[in-house]
Amino acid sequence: MTSLVVENVFKQYGAIQTLRDVSLKIEAGERVALLGHNGAGKTTLIRMILGLTAITSGDISVLGARPGSRAARSSIGYLPESVAFHGALTGREQLRHFARLKSTPLRVADELLERVGLSAAADRKIRTYSKGMRQRIGLAQALLGQPRLAVLDEPTSGLDPVSRHEFYDIVEDLSRNGTAVLLSSHALTELETRTDRIAILSSGVLVADEALANLRERARLPIRVTVTATSEAVDSVVAQLGGTRLNGRSVELNCQQDQKLTLLGQITALGNVVIDVDVMPASLEQLYRHYSAAEQRKS
Amino acid sequence: MSILTITRLELLIARRNMWVATAVLLMGLFATVLTLAGGAPTGVLGVDPLTVAVTSITTLSVYLIPLIGLLLSFDAIAGEIERGTLALGLCYPVSRAEILIGKFLAHISVLAFAVAVGLGLTAGLTVWQHGGEGLNFAPLFRLFVTSLALGAAFLGIGYTVSSLVRQPGVASGVVIVIWLVCIVLYDLGLLGALVADDGGVFTKTIFPWLLVANPADAFRLLNMPTVSVSDLASGLGAAGAVSGTLGQMTSLLAWPLLAITGAWLALRRVEP
Repeated sequence: MTSLVVENVFKQYGAIQTLRDVSLKIEAGERVALLGHNGAGKTTLIRMILGLTAITSGDISVLGARPGSRAARSSIGYLPESVAFHGALTGREQLRHFARLKSTPLRVADELLERVGLSAAADRKIRTYSKGMRQRIGLAQALLGQPRLAVLDEPTSGLDPVSRHEFYDIVEDLSRNGTAVLLSSHALTELETRTDRIAILSSGVLVADEALANLRERARLPIRVTVTATSEAVDSVVAQLGGTRLNGRSVELNCQQDQKLTLLGQITALGNVVIDVDVMPASLEQLYRHYSAAEQRKS
Repeated sequence: MSILTITRLELLIARRNMWVATAVLLMGLFATVLTLAGGAPTGVLGVDPLTVAVTSITTLSVYLIPLIGLLLSFDAIAGEIERGTLALGLCYPVSRAEILIGKFLAHISVLAFAVAVGLGLTAGLTVWQHGGEGLNFAPLFRLFVTSLALGAAFLGIGYTVSSLVRQPGVASGVVIVIWLVCIVLYDLGLLGALVADDGGVFTKTIFPWLLVANPADAFRLLNMPTVSVSDLASGLGAAGAVSGTLGQMTSLLAWPLLAITGAWLALRRVEP
């Protein structure tokens, strides 16, 4: 069964339409990143999937169940963007509480504390926790009871780079066990290698929903090639290849995917005046700007 | 099962927040003072010392129990909305009714514990001072049960406000106003109307029912002995005779049910 099906969903707040005809599917084990500016409708979509906000029209099904139904809630793990657990409780008490609500053995809660690296601080009050530690408690509760759909809203905000890395390892384990993962993030670079599909929301419309490679191909954003040459040869390099001089020794060239090899051939043919070559495909950030800007031009 | 899980967490929080300690301290302190102070004149009056104590504690409880109830409840929903824990909690397989009942059970237990400690001290001190013979403990028991009903009513009112207002700061202000109106201004208003009416139709027919419609006054009427102990008690007693014990009990039973139902209706509409 498809873990999450969103079909032609609209959301209307008075006169404002925050989501327009959004359709999205996530299969078991798939990791999908949901991107969008603030106010693009990410949070609204997530809240609808969780059953916290009413759907104006369209249909959402979580493992075949209606969002917000007991069946749907039993199979969802949710990490909110910002949640402040009660400071008077210890991490262990808070997590065990959630374990009880999910009818999960308390032992699992203790294991998860260790998994997210909180076992040393587990019996301290949450008010003494750093932002990253609170985020870990949030992550741990989202993992309770082996959810079949994990909804992670800005999961890595407040985490340092090492923790981010560990976080994506956990997400990878989840998806390997068949959990569908929907995560929203602003930290675009880290998503490049860690997700299967990218969905981009712009002004309430889903403007892209594809694997990163397909997005690149479709956007036809130029590949940037930087050639570093010896300082005497830079002028002749520019004369032969074109492009723009960056500084005394480097030249920047842009090309499409299908011209890449030809260009590299030309560069190699220049012989030993070339010191180094850097090839950079369009980053996720550029793609993201490309797709969300295209939608905004339309509307 | 979910209900008890929530009750358990709320009790833990109430203990850590010193709510339990505060409530017990307040009730214990006042019960002790009133029992000891009220004990002095009984020999002269020849009234059961427990009756005197119950009368003074009733007068005090009318102020204190609703206040503790409102203080325990005003943050219950609004605070969770603000912290984001309500949205998260609602993503777990637990219904809003279960959340509400779970919290209610925790808060009413805190209140019951505080009242029990206070009244226990009263009973203990009275026996210590006057001996246990000939003491009638029924009024004390009645005071305990009606205190819980009164507390439950104001817990429900507090949850309703908390769900409707959504901001803990605003909710705290609103419940203080409600407390002031129900406990102080309502009686003052009735008193003013009585004076203006000067024994007319209002005094005889409408006033007794208006009086008993307020759970705090129903509580006072139920716990004031028919033997007049003070002028206030005798005046109330006359009015209480019209509505009768049944009317008073109905009011004290209906208010908690209405308030909790209202809270549930308000909570159902909350988009966390």
